[in-house]
Amino acid sequence: MAAHLKVIRAGPGTTIQDSGRFHWQRFGVTPSGPMDWAAFRTVNQVLGNAQDAGTIEISIGGFEAETEVPLDLAFGGGGFLWTRDGKALSSAMRITLRPGERLAGKPGSRGAWAYLSVKGGFDTPIEMGSRSTHLRSGIGGRMIQAGDNLPVFPQSGAAGRDARVEAPWLDRDARPIRMLLGPQDDYFTADAHTLLFSEAFTLMASADRMAYRLNGPKIEHALGFNIVSDGIALGAIQIGGDGQPLVLMADHQPTGGYPKIGSVIKADIGRLAQMRPGETCRFALCSMAEARAALFTLEDKIAAVTTRAAAAGFSSEILRTLNLIDGVVDTRPDPLDQ
Amino acid sequence: MSEDIAPRFLPAGESALVVEYGRAIDPTIHDHVLALDAAIAAAPINGIIETVPTYRSLMIHFDPRATTPEALIEMLGGLDVTPQRDAGKARRWRIPVCYDPALAEDLAEVSSALHLSRERIAALHADALYRVYMYGFAPGFTFLGGLPDELAISRRATPRPPAPEGALLIAGGQALITTFAMPTGWYVIGQTPVRMFDSARAQAFFADVGDAVRFERIDLATFESLRRDAAAGALIAHEEV
Repeated sequence: MAAHLKVIRAGPGTTIQDSGRFHWQRFGVTPSGPMDWAAFRTVNQVLGNAQDAGTIEISIGGFEAETEVPLDLAFGGGGFLWTRDGKALSSAMRITLRPGERLAGKPGSRGAWAYLSVKGGFDTPIEMGSRSTHLRSGIGGRMIQAGDNLPVFPQSGAAGRDARVEAPWLDRDARPIRMLLGPQDDYFTADAHTLLFSEAFTLMASADRMAYRLNGPKIEHALGFNIVSDGIALGAIQIGGDGQPLVLMADHQPTGGYPKIGSVIKADIGRLAQMRPGETCRFALCSMAEARAALFTLEDKIAAVTTRAAAAGFSSEILRTLNLIDGVVDTRPDPLDQ
Repeated sequence: MSEDIAPRFLPAGESALVVEYGRAIDPTIHDHVLALDAAIAAAPINGIIETVPTYRSLMIHFDPRATTPEALIEMLGGLDVTPQRDAGKARRWRIPVCYDPALAEDLAEVSSALHLSRERIAALHADALYRVYMYGFAPGFTFLGGLPDELAISRRATPRPPAPEGALLIAGGQALITTFAMPTGWYVIGQTPVRMFDSARAQAFFADVGDAVRFERIDLATFESLRRDAAAGALIAHEEV
């Protein structure tokens, strides 16, 4: 019998995402994919999964699940608080969930999206080349709901050891969000450019997988705010008629008719995605060379992510303390990890 | 053959490049976009993931690990992108449309705004030859160029309630076919039973950007009948040869 993860509770907006739906944007199809690709990729990397494995993206509404067979899985991202049968776990771990145990994740003091993957990935249906769910069009299915049994690819024997994921890039990071200029940076006044990089912007309540609307000083257009539609890439910072930035996120439409002053760099888009409404950020200008270097550095760190064995019943904080005191805990990378 | 236009290369983050041939809605500009798109499809360039043609530019999504914007611009400069519409693969589609009052909620409003009879509006809209300029907003939302000047009407200041799937919309000198119900500032002047997008169909999308579209008027009874066929998976639209 194929294994499943049984969903006990899922907050609204919790979906299956893989690395995204490509090659259909020319027909108006949204690429989707994870809001925080670094967190998504990290949980799959520690399981030895392919970079496009079907993964649960958990919204701020939280998530609970059980299993009927032992399942190797990993979770992390957004500083969520995780428990197994009510006992605290670390915010990013690889564990074996056993029948009768209940895994629960809920938001902590920060963050908006967490990722839960199983070894091998979730075997949900592929539509137009991807398992990613796009809720607005219905492509790739619907939201995950209580009672769903999510099919899992067959696993070859559970590892049986809990391990903490050593991924400091998932920690809170309040540095400015870096961006590149273009394609319509020349549509804006010099003052608009100055304000964009000198003032703070607050995330509005309407933030969703499609776009994050920010509120700050008015960014003035020099050439009007209607342009003949052109392409939109992930992270594009569009300035509409109200002079406020709208950052196009994973579920962005492929084309649009507002000027885009710049783009959030890929290395920082996950940090923006993890903001909550009411939180503020600043933007910093960077060069193409810096953007590429930041992306490659982050990708390389994720590819080399390690885990640290954790004893059952202890929180990671306790383990870290023990380790500092007497070196009881094995800090070497787990040889089972790839 | 059209006059050659030198493109502008504009960055759109570290994973996308815009090749812009102009800032207007214009067949010559669009011809260049299509020519570049075709040239890339014919001779794939390392690192390009997908291309998205729009009215006036081609967005190139690429893998930054495999290439750089500079390298792409150099490669693209070596392509022959002289527009050659005759040699192109543009197809012609005939799409049934119905202007029955039951399906054309805003026809009366457009009629009074433009001082044209409802029949005149339907005739002008139905008899024009269109080109698919772009898909956008949502899967299968088809942006058409070629709307007669007499039907130029500004967008509403505030959106109207959701227009149904298959609605024929006009505004800002453009025509549009919808695939999902959505609130819109455009005017609904008719409806087609054709599904421009149906993921259950063998061909989820049938019309490529650059294809030509003609409308064919049908009555309400035919519309209802064809809509049932479309729901059962039939394409309904016909390719002209």
